[in-house]
Amino acid sequence: MKLHEHEAKTIFQKYEIPIPRGESTSSSTLAKEVATKLGVPVAIKAQILVSGRGKAGGILFANSPEEAENAAKKLLGLEIKGIKVKEVLVEEKIVAKKELYFGITTDRAKCSYVAIASSAGGMDIEEVAATMPEKMVKVFIDPVYGFRSYHAYQVARKMGYIGGQMRDLATIFLKLYKIAMDYDAELIEINPLMETTEGKFVAADSRLLIDDNALYRHPEYKERLIHEAETGLSAQEVEAQKAGLAYVKLDGNIGIIGNGAGLVMATLDAVQFYGGKPANFLDVGGGASADMMASALNIVLSDPKVEVVFINILGGITRCDEVARGILEAKKRVGFAKPIVIRLVGTNEEEGRRILTEASIHFLDSMEEAAMKAVEIAKTGG
Amino acid sequence: MGVFVGKNTRAIVQGITGGQGSFHTRLMLDYETRIVAGVTPFKGGTQVHGVPVYDTVDEAVEKHEANASIIFVPAPFAADAAFEAIEAGLKTIVIITEHIPVKDAIQVMARAKQAGVTIIGPNTPGIITPNECKLGIMPAHVFRRGVAGVASRSGTLTYEIATSLSVSGLGQSTCIGLGGDPIVGLSFVDVLKEFERDKQTRAVALIGEIGGNLEELAAEYIANEGYSKPIAAFIAGRTAPTGKRMGHAGAIIMGQTGTAGSKIEAFKKAGVYVAEKPKDIARLLAERLKKGSMNPLIDDLRKSL
Repeated sequence: MKLHEHEAKTIFQKYEIPIPRGESTSSSTLAKEVATKLGVPVAIKAQILVSGRGKAGGILFANSPEEAENAAKKLLGLEIKGIKVKEVLVEEKIVAKKELYFGITTDRAKCSYVAIASSAGGMDIEEVAATMPEKMVKVFIDPVYGFRSYHAYQVARKMGYIGGQMRDLATIFLKLYKIAMDYDAELIEINPLMETTEGKFVAADSRLLIDDNALYRHPEYKERLIHEAETGLSAQEVEAQKAGLAYVKLDGNIGIIGNGAGLVMATLDAVQFYGGKPANFLDVGGGASADMMASALNIVLSDPKVEVVFINILGGITRCDEVARGILEAKKRVGFAKPIVIRLVGTNEEEGRRILTEASIHFLDSMEEAAMKAVEIAKTGG
Repeated sequence: MGVFVGKNTRAIVQGITGGQGSFHTRLMLDYETRIVAGVTPFKGGTQVHGVPVYDTVDEAVEKHEANASIIFVPAPFAADAAFEAIEAGLKTIVIITEHIPVKDAIQVMARAKQAGVTIIGPNTPGIITPNECKLGIMPAHVFRRGVAGVASRSGTLTYEIATSLSVSGLGQSTCIGLGGDPIVGLSFVDVLKEFERDKQTRAVALIGEIGGNLEELAAEYIANEGYSKPIAAFIAGRTAPTGKRMGHAGAIIMGQTGTAGSKIEAFKKAGVYVAEKPKDIARLLAERLKKGSMNPLIDDLRKSL
């Protein structure tokens, strides 16, 4: 789960990581008041959960409270990468001598956390990482010993800092590591981490992703799931979340339902291979019941762009007869307004097929054959 | 033969009294897997499908000379179950549980590495050496004893590909689900090394998906070290968008890292056959086995021995 910048900064403050003074608000009038209180110049930053916010025009600067009000008004009406801005953060503008980067994430190959730092932080950090790997400092963290003070000194030293500045920077690194562990971070970063003209360090931006699987240890953020759903996701994605189904909306017109993430991905790929365009990814998971199958169909059919639905089930733990009953249940509840292509093999397939045949629903044996059929229907409009 | 599990595997089931644990214990017993004991705290002294249940792992290990475990314990308690199994001296541990926090998984892997223990999973369908041992939740009927070693990051897609390997007559030596999470115990490289040594395995199928760089590392390993057996790969998620989790916690493209394109390209460069569709894997491997090994130098070497 992604936290908003101001939420992460509240945590930073609790751990005494220096941040710019500021307040978040959803009203441009209040933005003006905050700017007056802070003193100008200020930065007005859209609070949205997308990366590349700065480049997309989500950060504005103001030299007077009136300008701050206008900037907030402008941002609050804006849609950035499809997401409406509902809140802005008004902060004192930091004059930076240098922009640094520091973050902690997981490394799959090493099965560990890794601390990553760079003296070339800012908006293009991903490009720096890709093109100038020598500018990135990496420390793999042994989970038994953790990220220790000497690791932090090593990193600060490699970034070119000595003496008091090295100490200040290392202190920030250690605190960020503490937050990462305390909050089960999948990713935590300060970018940019600004070195001010006075030689102080300030966390100008913050990013914190909490591991969804660890949310049971952070009940204060459980509520947020719904909030996030309201702001960032499509209607279908919200419904799927409620039903406990893994759903991702895509651009095409062929609705896809399958069991098992890998199989569903392969199904999308097969549809594209034969010249079609998948409308979504939907995994009903292992051991899907008739009820889940019905909600899945309901969700996919509620996307107006869908012309045909392709159901690809390979019964393992999932039983084909349950799936077949789910399809009938969905037919009863929502009707088949659109053509449906079904591929059903595996555990209890005879029973599943009997149920479908009795209801005059056609099915196929092979995934490839079914994908071709779905593409054909989508092209001719049924 | 086969790798990691076989005729000599004597397994315990942690979480045996739960719904999933009990259900799959029956299916594993049906497959004639040697499930020697079960463990659920506070349920010691009872039985599940005739298997004796103990309160702690060390008690079960002591009484039944177990050497492996399969874990069905709910996510908040799964890491503890794994630590307990490691400490009790079990050498192969399959973690079926999904939704284990990454921090816990990292700690488990570190502890396992220290102790020289193989962890399969978490979030895996498990491992099967057909006709010998099934330590997992996969449908047994799709597997046939044979020559293809299979390593996969996905469940149902593995069943799909295993089915076509069975139908083609190649069958499987051992089929391993690495797990769908970002942090898992085995990498493709670990498994490739095992299959290289295994006499029964004559070809390898790698089933990857978007996210992370385990496939790229496998390609690098194959290119640098060479491999004596033909390898075919399938990568799911060519159509996946950036930044969206495709069902599995580990299936996510971050920036430019983890795309299907990057994995496919890396495999092709390393001389691995990349299948366009899942069912092509069996055909590609069958063709290569007829033609002999992928590496002619090694063929010559074999003849001269």
